Amino acid sequence: MSEAGSTTSRRGLDRAGIARAVARDIPRGSYVNLGIGLPTTVSAYLRPQDEVTLHTENGMLGMGPEATGDDVDPDLINAGKVPVTELPGASYFHHADSFAMMRGGHLDVCVLGAYQVSVAGDLANWHTGRAQDIPAVGGAMDLAIGAKQTFVMMTLLDRQGHAKLVQACTYPLTGVGCVRRVYTDLAVFVLAGDAQAPTVTVTAAFDATVEELRELTGLSLLDGTGS
Amino acid sequence: MVAFVTSPFDAVAGIPDGATVMIGGFGEAGQPVALIEALLEHGARDLVVVNNNAGSAEVGLALLIAADRVRKVVCSFPRQSDSWHFDEKYRAGTIELELVPQGNLAERIRAAGAGIGAFYTPTGYGTLLAAGKETREIDGRHHVLEHPLRADFALIRAHLADERGNLTYRRTARNFGPIMATAATTTIAEVTRVVPAGGIDPENVVTPGIYVDRVVAVEPASGARDAARHGRGAAT
Repeated sequence: MSEAGSTTSRRGLDRAGIARAVARDIPRGSYVNLGIGLPTTVSAYLRPQDEVTLHTENGMLGMGPEATGDDVDPDLINAGKVPVTELPGASYFHHADSFAMMRGGHLDVCVLGAYQVSVAGDLANWHTGRAQDIPAVGGAMDLAIGAKQTFVMMTLLDRQGHAKLVQACTYPLTGVGCVRRVYTDLAVFVLAGDAQAPTVTVTAAFDATVEELRELTGLSLLDGTGS
Repeated sequence: MVAFVTSPFDAVAGIPDGATVMIGGFGEAGQPVALIEALLEHGARDLVVVNNNAGSAEVGLALLIAADRVRKVVCSFPRQSDSWHFDEKYRAGTIELELVPQGNLAERIRAAGAGIGAFYTPTGYGTLLAAGKETREIDGRHHVLEHPLRADFALIRAHLADERGNLTYRRTARNFGPIMATAATTTIAEVTRVVPAGGIDPENVVTPGIYVDRVVAVEPASGARDAARHGRGAAT
């Protein structure tokens, strides 16, 4: 990060940096679903030689980049309803097959955003719980519990400065005990152990020490940074 | 026997007030806009609509909701940047919402068409959307009991139909079409073109004609649809 020291310069990784960190941890040859919003940006950092196949839950494997100009086809969109392209070797299937593929554990990695993640891997990302907000779940609950591994990408702190990695979620849950890794601007966390004795290990920290991360989150984090 | 009709208006004839109607499509991809507009013209009220969304912009389902024809929406994702008609009715308390995780929505529809009594799924366990439902631990994993979702009518958009009612779809416009076709008493398909029997390679049929009751050929995405599309905000 810049040493400019300006009050506007941020600490840690920017959004692209988090997306790169996620992309680096996706094993070669994986079948991957990238959630709507921030997770979608991970696709920009997957290289052709990684041979990652993208799944979109509205019925496609082998999704290509966003479509532009003459390539825009209203019948070819991603889960965010953005026009996309098809890559050679793509396939289409109906919604029940698409979610069977997910629920059946055939996808290797799913990347989702989050309001909160608990140390036990509980995920909250679909509803603020506020009465005036219209709830919309989409495929979030299916995605959270379906893939072999669920990764979350988010900022570590919310706008009020509260940590989003928490002892127990206060927002309504999307899934129980489903998150394996959490990628944030300040650190990468690996969640393990069981529900009774969950452990959280910091495997990488960005412009922050593990001690600072412990203070920010109030959690007893294990130091796996090797530093 | 599949009936071929000449207008969307004739295709949706007989849909009564209070009917449960599945409407295909994910956003606008696969949304049977001509059939929905015909249903609007017919005037049926108090409908229960099953769709992934709750309408967007000024097209199809959104117009049906705007005209107060829909009593209840069963969907996974109502809130969008351009779902203002649904948002307004929901906030006014004049439309009911049953929110269903998308995979459960799909599987409940599939189960109805496949004669399954109910099924256990891990999706939604421990969440608000499983509140009050039966649960069961199977092989160390918690599951929720979900019931089939069937309808009186399914309105779907396909690509080609042959004279036997066999259907193909285009790209991600397939989405809910094939499963909704199996889960309704009467399935009505709008298609781009009708071809002779044998005009679709049997290997490539996605929805066999046994599931299809009425077919109407409708021009692909009309100028009106394009205009509505350009008038809407960013997709979410």
